[in-house]
Amino acid sequence: MIPFNFDYYKPNTLAEAVNLYAKLDSQGKEPIYYGGGTEFISMARVHNVKTKAVIDIKNIPECNVHGLVNGKLTIGSAITLTDIAVKNHFPLLSLTVKRIADHTIQDKITLGGNLAGTIIYREAVLPLMVANAHIVLEGLKGKRTVATMDVFKGKMKLFKGELIVQIIVEEKYLNLPYIHVKRTKNEKIDYPLITLVALVDQTKIHIAFSGLCAFPFRDISLENILNDGNLLQNKRIKMLIENIPHEILEDLGGSSEYRKFVLHKMLYEVLENFQEVL
Amino acid sequence: MLIISGNTPLALNINGEEREVIAKPSDTLLYTLRNELGLTGAKPGCENGDCGACTILVDDWPIKSCLMLTVEAIGKKITTIEGLKNAPIQKAFVENWGFQCGYCTSGFLMVCHSLSIHHPNADDYTIEEWLQSNLCRCTSYQEIGEAVKSILKQK
Repeated sequence: MIPFNFDYYKPNTLAEAVNLYAKLDSQGKEPIYYGGGTEFISMARVHNVKTKAVIDIKNIPECNVHGLVNGKLTIGSAITLTDIAVKNHFPLLSLTVKRIADHTIQDKITLGGNLAGTIIYREAVLPLMVANAHIVLEGLKGKRTVATMDVFKGKMKLFKGELIVQIIVEEKYLNLPYIHVKRTKNEKIDYPLITLVALVDQTKIHIAFSGLCAFPFRDISLENILNDGNLLQNKRIKMLIENIPHEILEDLGGSSEYRKFVLHKMLYEVLENFQEVL
Repeated sequence: MLIISGNTPLALNINGEEREVIAKPSDTLLYTLRNELGLTGAKPGCENGDCGACTILVDDWPIKSCLMLTVEAIGKKITTIEGLKNAPIQKAFVENWGFQCGYCTSGFLMVCHSLSIHHPNADDYTIEEWLQSNLCRCTSYQEIGEAVKSILKQK
C-alpha cells in the first residue's frame, strides 16, 4: 500500500505530457513520468520516493510504437519487456530483457522505465549501447535524438521534464552474432553479479557490462584491448580486467576480487563464442 | 486527458463483469480487489512483487496486482482466481497434490492458467521460467510442475 496520495494524469500526446510536467513542477508537485510503475510502487511503499503527481505515458501513441520501418527498429518507451521478447525484432535485446526480474514483472516493466529507473543495473541499456542505438527524447524545447552513449553516462542524463519517447536501432545491428551472459549470486532470477552483452560488428567485438561497477557501461578502450589480435586471449582478458575504468563493486552479491574472477570466465566464454566469426 | 484526483468512482471489467469501485490514484489493484470488491483470492504476501501470491491476469497476462495501480486497470480485462470457475488447471492441482497450505495457490493457478493459454506446447524450460515468478513456502514445486504438464498434455 502506498502511504501517500497523489493525482494521476494520463495525457494523450507528447505535448500534453511535457507541458503538464512543467505546470505541475511549477506548482511544487514534483511530478513523475510513469511507465510500468513497478519501481515507483515498490519504492513509494517504503517512502523512498514521493510525489504529488504521476503522469502515465501509456496513452501516448509515439511511446507505443514497436516495429521495423525503413531499416530502423523503433521501440516506444511504454513497450513492455514481454512485448519486446514476444516480437523479438532484436534477439540480443529480447534475451537481455527476459533475464530482468521474472516474467510477470516483465509484463509490466517498460523499456523506458528500465532505462530511467534508479536501481543501478538497468540491463536493458546494454544491447542499446553495443548496437549504437539512438534515444528519442521530448522536452519543452522540442524533440532531440541522441546516441545512447552520449545520453547514458552512468544513468540517463535528461533535462528536467524531458521524457524518453523511443529507442531506434539500425536494422544492420539486429542480427549480428551476439552473446548475453548473466551471472547471479545464487538464483536464476536476481540482480546480476555481472551481466555482459556483446556483439560482433565487422570483426570487432562491442561489449557492455552491468553489475560490474556501480552503473552499466561500455568502454571503447576496453574493446580495443579485447579486439587486439596481436595479443593472446589470456593476455587480452587480463589486460581488460586490469584496465576497467571504474571502481569494481564490492557488496553482498560478491567481492570485487570475486567479480574479477567471474568476469575472467565470462570473457573467455565471449571469445570462444565468437571464435568462428572473428 | 484522463485526470483522477482523490477518491473517485471507477468502472472496471473484473471477471467478465462491469464493476464500479471507489478508488484513489495511490490504491494498488490488490488493495481494491480485496477491500473494495471482496475478491480475496489474490493474497497479500510481500507486496513488493517478489512472491507472486497476488498474481491476477490483465488481458490474459499474469501481473502481480501489488505492483499495479487500480487506475491503470481502467479499460483492461481483469481476471482473478474467482473468475477461473473450474478451469482445467484447478482440477489438475487437486489431482497432482499441487498445494499444501494453499496461500500461494491462487497466484500459482493464475500463472499456470496463463501459461496454458500462451504456451500450450510449453517445454520444460518455459514451464520452469514461468513458475519462477511465484514462491511456495511448502515447496510444492514438483507437484505444481506435474499439474501444469498434465493439462498441457491434454491440449
